[in-house]
Amino acid sequence: MMTGLLAALAGQAAPGTTSTTQPSCQVLPSGAVNGFCTNAKSLHIPIQYRFIMPELILIGGALIILTISALLPKRSRRGFWMLLTVVTGLAAFAWSAWLWHPFIWQPAHALQPALVVGNALVLDRYTVFFALLISSAVVLSALVADGYLRREGLDGPEFYVLALFSASGAMIMAAANDLIVVFLGLEILSIALYIMAAYHRRRAESGEASMKYFILGAFSSAIFLYGVALCYGATGTTRLSEIALFLAQNHVPKSILLAGVVLVIVGLGFKVAAVPFHTWTPDVYQGSPTPATAFMAAVAKAGGFAALIRVLIGAFATMSVDWRPVIWVLAALTLLVGSVLAIVQTDVKRMLAYSSISHAGYVLIGLQAASAAGTAGALFYLFSYVFMVIGSFAIVSVVSGKGEARNDLGGFRGLAQRRPGLALTLTILLLSQAGVPFTTGFLAKFYVVQAAVGQHQYVLAVLAMLAAAVAAFFYLRVAIFMYTPPPAPDEADGQATGSGTGGLAVLGGLALAAPPETTTVVIPSAVTIALTICLAFTVGFGIWPTPLIDLARHATLFF
Amino acid sequence: MNFPILTTLIFLPAAGALAVALVPTTREDIAKAVAFVVAVAEAAFAAFMLVDFKAGEAGFQFVSRQNWIPNFVISWHLGVDGISLFLVLLTAGIFPIAMAGPKIHGQPKQFLAWMLLLEAACIGTFLALDLFVFFIMFELTLVPMYFLISGWGYTNRVYAALKFFIFTLAGSAFLLVGILAVVFLTAPNGHLSFDLIDVARRTSQLTQTEQRLIFLGFIIAFAVKTPLFPLHTWLPDAHTEAPTAGSVILAAVLLKLGTYGMLRFGVFLFPKAAVDLGPILLTAAVIGMTYGAIVAAMQKDLKRLIAYSSVAHLGFIVLGIFAFTSQGLSGGVLQMVNHGLSTGALFLLVGMIYERRHTRQIAELHGLQKSVPIMAAVFLFVMMSSVGLPGLNGFVGEFLTLIGTFITHRWWAVVGSTGVILAAVYLLWAYQRVFHGVPTGDNATMLDMTLREKAMMAPLIVGIVFLGVYPKPVLDRIQPSVDHLVAHVIHVDPSLHIPAKGVGPVVAVGPADDVDSPAVTGAAASATGVAP
Repeated sequence: MMTGLLAALAGQAAPGTTSTTQPSCQVLPSGAVNGFCTNAKSLHIPIQYRFIMPELILIGGALIILTISALLPKRSRRGFWMLLTVVTGLAAFAWSAWLWHPFIWQPAHALQPALVVGNALVLDRYTVFFALLISSAVVLSALVADGYLRREGLDGPEFYVLALFSASGAMIMAAANDLIVVFLGLEILSIALYIMAAYHRRRAESGEASMKYFILGAFSSAIFLYGVALCYGATGTTRLSEIALFLAQNHVPKSILLAGVVLVIVGLGFKVAAVPFHTWTPDVYQGSPTPATAFMAAVAKAGGFAALIRVLIGAFATMSVDWRPVIWVLAALTLLVGSVLAIVQTDVKRMLAYSSISHAGYVLIGLQAASAAGTAGALFYLFSYVFMVIGSFAIVSVVSGKGEARNDLGGFRGLAQRRPGLALTLTILLLSQAGVPFTTGFLAKFYVVQAAVGQHQYVLAVLAMLAAAVAAFFYLRVAIFMYTPPPAPDEADGQATGSGTGGLAVLGGLALAAPPETTTVVIPSAVTIALTICLAFTVGFGIWPTPLIDLARHATLFF
Repeated sequence: MNFPILTTLIFLPAAGALAVALVPTTREDIAKAVAFVVAVAEAAFAAFMLVDFKAGEAGFQFVSRQNWIPNFVISWHLGVDGISLFLVLLTAGIFPIAMAGPKIHGQPKQFLAWMLLLEAACIGTFLALDLFVFFIMFELTLVPMYFLISGWGYTNRVYAALKFFIFTLAGSAFLLVGILAVVFLTAPNGHLSFDLIDVARRTSQLTQTEQRLIFLGFIIAFAVKTPLFPLHTWLPDAHTEAPTAGSVILAAVLLKLGTYGMLRFGVFLFPKAAVDLGPILLTAAVIGMTYGAIVAAMQKDLKRLIAYSSVAHLGFIVLGIFAFTSQGLSGGVLQMVNHGLSTGALFLLVGMIYERRHTRQIAELHGLQKSVPIMAAVFLFVMMSSVGLPGLNGFVGEFLTLIGTFITHRWWAVVGSTGVILAAVYLLWAYQRVFHGVPTGDNATMLDMTLREKAMMAPLIVGIVFLGVYPKPVLDRIQPSVDHLVAHVIHVDPSLHIPAKGVGPVVAVGPADDVDSPAVTGAAASATGVAP
């Protein structure tokens, strides 16, 4: 099995080369390994399958889909692959929910994280939190993808298989207790994503997106690895828990270590699209097939942040004086560049790409607070973000029509007349992204800004809220377009005459003279289900956020 | 009093908005009926609250408190006192008028749903006693208003709506950070509390610099909303482009959120900083009063003229608040209600003119007194209230405000008094240009007010006269809370207690028995004396 391989790899990478003390090494019945093991080959590492089951379910589901697709005739039933993926995702979700109770993996009630698979992975509520988040994202993306793929004539098992593999990579990143395992998760996540970006074979932009993503992604992976090497050089281990222990007990010359940490931040910063490592984002988000974009925006960001938070808060917590300013600058830049550049976009997918950049800035605010509240805020933000962003992209994928012909703002014009429910849903999701009260988006912003103020970071807090005001501009712009009737030759009352073109031109000097063809927007039922979930989540937890806040807080108890 | 009347006041319109939104688009008549019934029921609830309200009590009444987000120690804490009572009544009273009165152009269902949501948010803002609840309600007012302006406004509506939204949101950025800062800095041993009363008790622990900075953060947000002089530029655009009902609500209710916030959250939480920085705000208020009046006089568009007059009038309210005298504050609170009635009525009238003539340009309107005598009379009446003619409501508020300011900040009051004169200049001049003379063309054939329009102006006119002739019951309810607030300020800064020279028996701040100070009774008496 894949994870077994992973563990073996990780087992060889870390312990074999250490030169520090403690030659003895014992494997406890629970699977945790005590001491530094010098002889990895003689070591029998028990694998606690039930603890890594969410990852295994995703990978297993992917393999099952591949097998079935080889056996079934070419033309299969509509939505069959989607259904299998949804079932797989739900199974992973259910298993993760079961794992949430710590007594399952720590019968002694000691609220300690459990190290599993020979210390390569760690099971704590943080891991489980991301397993829940990522499996939700898988289910939602699959629901969104089905209609799109069939409309574009791309239906087949491959997309779902890639999504499942990719999601398992993100889960491994969240669970990793070793920088090498983080890297493996990162690669599993990314390589599948490169292919998903190129999935729309007949669209040139899709191939271009994939190529850009691949080349820049490869660079960032290399940078990350280089950072890992430097960290290893400074501390003698790649195990996160051991790095934390080592840094707490020893005085380390900082130069190499700092360089290592910075490179790790750069590598992961690329995945989460933090400025200045964001340049790929608009092109890739715009070019990729919309469901792939939704998946990428949700899962890649979640995975990247899962690893970034785990590494910085978990392993390098003692160095927070050093990395907090770095994250501060990244957060400020990400917020400003993301919101400001989104203003000038006329392509909705591109605009959402910039908006997702600025969302990363808010999560970074939570991270840079380096406090319990900050980390919990970051997790709360990510969970809310996943539902907002997948919902938004789902609507874009529906509205854009065959061949993604109408991704520009003009395509949304008059949507409220044709599809009032859809327009209202998108409005609510966008308002949530803008941070309007009674949505999760507002509480998420409130949570991270509250954490920043709790650490006396007033400037960053004000910057964040001002960026939200700037961001409101482009979210509302989409809303305006949806509620502006398509230009008809005779507008009924004098009140509205001229407002359409004149007023909208102010918004971005767009060439909207050509009225969009009034094609009907078809909403597949799977997308309706996904949107209902996203909307219920966004508004429901926006009004009664306590369960979600508790989830985020408990997930960060172990740091 | 177990019935949670305040929560009902917030949720009734919110539920109404949802109900209206769920009515099928084809049945607009049902949507209209439901919306109107909900708005009237809301007004009835507010009236019940007024009846049950105990005059002479300073504290919060009908208090309701529920845990909401225990993780952040946020509670659903509502209450009403003399300061917010009449603002709630004004809100509940003017919404049915704004919803039923002006004609809605297109999609009445959505329009009414947004209006009801806006009403819920406005009432929530006035009732909130928790900083978090206040903030979200304050923010929530933006969304419906934004959609009302951008959806049903005039030519340049999209620009105006965005400007309104972004100005206010940018201001709110400072408010949110200010709220969080005060909550965190005043938390002993990490016991956070967003509760207004708790926080007010703790703010004296803060250093002077902290108090001033946080106060400034609050004030930026409220000054944008009010709007205070240098931050007022969104208002004329928003007013001019908004549909009539939107303008009415914007003037009558939304602007009061800013002044109410200054009073309840700025002055109450940071009395020391408010006293220290008061002169800056007084100066801005006075500049706004004169500047707004002069610019209003120069406007070619009737609606824009009234919008600038709002800038001037809101300056009066700010002047009253930061005078820190019992009279000034009472006058300020009363003036909030007065401005809501008068300016709301003026916007309704301008809306009627626009419906008939499809123009708001003063130059194109001429001699309307001949063709629409009733409308002209009503306009003149409302305008006189806005100018501050004794016997109508505007006079009582302005008089109290100026007296209160004169006691502690003489020269600001002196300059501010010119605002009263300038108001007469721009309004009378506008009236003269629009209504006097011989009508020509379309002006001659204009139709007078319909029964429906008369019905919607009637309650406003009753309110204008009542407050002008007999403001005592209102002041009796406002006064204790205001005195309590002033006592709170004095308690923190005793140096403010300076009896003004040469003002005779009027003291800067009286204890509770001094409520019937000569200024108050004098105002009431003189108002009664010249009642028409």
